[in-house]
Amino acid sequence: MLADKDTARILIADDEAPARARLRDLLDECRESFPLAIVDEARNGREALDVLNREGVDIVLLDIRMPEMDGMEAARHIAGMQEPPAIIFTTAFDTYAIKAFEVNAIDYLLKPIRVERLLAALSKTRAAPKVSREALDAAANLPRRHLSVHERGKIILVPLAEVLYLRAELKYVTVRTVDREHLVEESLTHLEEEFADAFVRVHRNCLVARAAIAGFERNAEESESGWTVVVKGTGEKLPVSRRQHHVVKQFR
Amino acid sequence: MASINQTGTGIRLPNFCNVGVMLRSLVVVNVLLAAAAVIRAPTVSEIWFEFLVFAAFGEPVLILSLVVLCVARRWLHAIGYVGAIALLAAFELGVTWVFFEASQQFDFDQRPMSFGQVAFLVFFVSAVTIAYFDLRARALSPAVAEARIQALQARIRPHFLYNSINAVLSLIRSEPRRAERALEDLADLFRVLMADNRTLAPLSNEVDLARQYLALEELRLGERLRVVWRTATMPGDALVPPLILQPLVENAVYHGIEPIETGGEIEIDISRSGTQLVMDLRNPYSGPGKHMGGNRMATDNIRERLQLHFDVEASMHSEVKDGHYHVTIRIPYITTAAS
Repeated sequence: MLADKDTARILIADDEAPARARLRDLLDECRESFPLAIVDEARNGREALDVLNREGVDIVLLDIRMPEMDGMEAARHIAGMQEPPAIIFTTAFDTYAIKAFEVNAIDYLLKPIRVERLLAALSKTRAAPKVSREALDAAANLPRRHLSVHERGKIILVPLAEVLYLRAELKYVTVRTVDREHLVEESLTHLEEEFADAFVRVHRNCLVARAAIAGFERNAEESESGWTVVVKGTGEKLPVSRRQHHVVKQFR
Repeated sequence: MASINQTGTGIRLPNFCNVGVMLRSLVVVNVLLAAAAVIRAPTVSEIWFEFLVFAAFGEPVLILSLVVLCVARRWLHAIGYVGAIALLAAFELGVTWVFFEASQQFDFDQRPMSFGQVAFLVFFVSAVTIAYFDLRARALSPAVAEARIQALQARIRPHFLYNSINAVLSLIRSEPRRAERALEDLADLFRVLMADNRTLAPLSNEVDLARQYLALEELRLGERLRVVWRTATMPGDALVPPLILQPLVENAVYHGIEPIETGGEIEIDISRSGTQLVMDLRNPYSGPGKHMGGNRMATDNIRERLQLHFDVEASMHSEVKDGHYHVTIRIPYITTAAS
């Protein structure tokens, strides 16, 4: 199909085949009054991100409850893109999400979806501003399972389980894995709040994954508290601040 | 909701064949005998001896009464509550007289009681025991109604209803026949949900219901949902509390199958083991903790209803092990409601 400027390129993300079929039918009905093309379909959040990395998409119809990566997490990664597509959430029933959407003024459609509602939501994407990353973060109730790095319009996912530590540097946060380092544009304070279960603060500028702590070593020169954390996998030693000295006791 | 107001009526003698009822009777009677012993003993050191005297007389009467009440329960139910109480009183009087005459042979009691005293004690203890069961039944009746409302609320997630309707909508244009079947299943499912679910129902109905539910879920999930039924030795005539299997199957789908990209297998074993009916359900589960997250409401509800119907004779056990969630329910195998 020729994609002219007025044709909205749409991605459907839903894990249930009948739900995707239903959306296709409905979108076909919208076509006359709202020129559109269905770019692709995805069965979970991760597949949706793959499609976005591959093709230009204007609107994502995103189911909330999906395996692997749910719609909420996918949306948070998408919202970090340079030119993110518009997101329309779809859900059959999710008391928590619906309340959170209302509070944060995020658009959603309830399944079964009526064609009039779908058409209205599609039309709205033209005029209304895109949903902000902040609103999505506020609406989410589960920590993400990945951090996303945005490089040249592509989304690169870093599984949280592979992250050894997070270190704040000027306006970025360095994400360290065994193999390499990534830069993400997030605040260390927010990361600390979101991943409080998996990470522990050892310094004003550093969060270490609890699972990545190999041990502690005495080092009076490099660390004000006299201790450094030894990181599993890389063997790096990170200073522990005096204020976070209690962490050493907690783990020893 | 007229039915809820009626739950206070229909009080009748408890089922004395139930182990829980027997244990409760034993406890109530022995506590009363102990109290009588304390009152009658002249010194603290003689309380134990007095209790033994009461027990030597009371225990045979109690056990004989329980056996007769168990054997004759259907007949007693048939003649109504008041008639049954009157017959019970006459029976206790007779048994007391026999035992009283027999105990005259032995001269172990220093302060022999008259037949009138003994008969009063037997009547008093019997009356308190029956009154206890009466009060207990009245206290639990609203709980049964409450459990039923809870059952309605906890059963069938709205998530399932709306997703199923959505799936049926997607079929109407392309596969109208399948859509028809699905709507029929949905109607059957809700017919059971809306029914009065206080009385026991045949196991075969429960299994049919679970199958219809799974047929609807398969519509949505396709090949991700695989179910293995092992019901070759299942006694279909066994009576079970309604909606005991379907919520467990629903949990298995919601927490076990849906979060997995490639889906998984639900295994359902139902068999008879002696006098027990054993229902066993397994599904993959990768989440955290010893319990399947967020399903406590459903399992608590089932546990509560099992207790209301079977007292201590039913059990429910669940665990997360080796990436699987495993739940086992054991209930007495019964086939008639009067038992």
